[in-house]
Amino acid sequence: MMTFQVLVIVFTCSLSGTSFAHVFPDHSDPRVGATVQDPPAWVRIWFDGALEPAFCTVVVRDENGKQVDKGNVQVDPDDATLIEVGLPPLPAGTYRVIWNVVARDGHRTEGDYTFDVK
Amino acid sequence: MEPTGRTSQFLRAADIWQYLCAAVILVLFLPAYSSAHGFAGKRFFPTTFQVDDPFVSDEFSILFDHIKEPDDQPSRTTDFDLEYSKRITPHLGVFVGESYSHLDFLGNGSASGFGNLELGIKYQFLTSAEHETILSAGAGVEIGGTGARRVGAESFSVLSSALFFGKGFGDLPPSVKFLRPFAVTGVVGPNFSGRSSNVIVNEDTGETEIERNPDTLTWGFTIQYSLIYLQSFVKDIGLGAPFNRMVVLAEFPMETCLNRGCKGRTFGTINPGIIWVGKSYQLGIAAQIPVNDRTGKNVGVLGLIHFFIDDIFPDSIGKPILP
Repeated sequence: MMTFQVLVIVFTCSLSGTSFAHVFPDHSDPRVGATVQDPPAWVRIWFDGALEPAFCTVVVRDENGKQVDKGNVQVDPDDATLIEVGLPPLPAGTYRVIWNVVARDGHRTEGDYTFDVK
Repeated sequence: MEPTGRTSQFLRAADIWQYLCAAVILVLFLPAYSSAHGFAGKRFFPTTFQVDDPFVSDEFSILFDHIKEPDDQPSRTTDFDLEYSKRITPHLGVFVGESYSHLDFLGNGSASGFGNLELGIKYQFLTSAEHETILSAGAGVEIGGTGARRVGAESFSVLSSALFFGKGFGDLPPSVKFLRPFAVTGVVGPNFSGRSSNVIVNEDTGETEIERNPDTLTWGFTIQYSLIYLQSFVKDIGLGAPFNRMVVLAEFPMETCLNRGCKGRTFGTINPGIIWVGKSYQLGIAAQIPVNDRTGKNVGVLGLIHFFIDDIFPDSIGKPILP
């Protein structure tokens, strides 16, 4: 009976839940398709809605497909729309940022873009 | 005290009801991680005006259509088309459509009323994230006699089937990266009239006339350039709101007569327009340019308000009924 009562509570809470909708990237640093002179220390992507940290990833790969980021991806604790990952000093080349995020409502969106280090 | 056999059976029945209720609640209301409507990988296909979408989703659309039509009795026609789509499973959906029309007969009076009720089903059988491709098949029926004859609703039903496609060009090589935001969608399928002809009695002369009801082929496509895609995946060119959420497109909805005295004749329009995509709804506006004289000679206008029910009610009615 307790299980049933718990499920009723879940049901009630779900009905009153806030809608967050799927998220699109708003802007990023480095910018999409940009050429930068100085190697960036971080890749940061701001979305137009809050992210679910446990299900979000960002990977940076070089032209050979090798992962070059530090693997320390995180959703900013103070800004749930920002996801970031650290980078070591990068040599000149083209890098692909591959992201896969889940919004607070469970909708998944994915994408990728490149930037160049001169 | 041990329960009696009858009490024991009663308890088991109650348990079963609890488990059933719990299962339904779990299916319907617990969060699930899923792709949103209209996505194939990173490609988002917006709902378009008159060419049906290639995907299934939980959505509600209001399409406004105003154009002057060159029938035997020319009229300035204003339609409001309503459509509600509901996913049964993530890839199988049903829809119900209804329209309300106002016909101004240009000095010879006017008429208003509902069109025939439309019901349909669609199955999205292929989604390729890598190639930004969606393929679907669907069938529908316009139920004759459910609308008002004074606004042209037919007394017979029309059965339809169709194939739908959507293809984004994000897999083009880097040398042509600014073409990657392009996408095409389209539909092709026959419409079968439930009655081959109507006998009409002229109220003034008493003479009878035969009105033939041809089968037709619906075909159409859209060409889209997504500024969302450009900004997010190709090149941030600094577009701000509202342009960074826009899709520029041209629609080509066509219908070709297949038999019964009009074989080969095509009717259609070219609809250049823009769509703005918000987080839980989208807005669109387009011109409606007839492709030939038999379709019309005047430019019309289309307006679209579209709600993403799966985003507005993600944990309840916006989810597929079955996982």
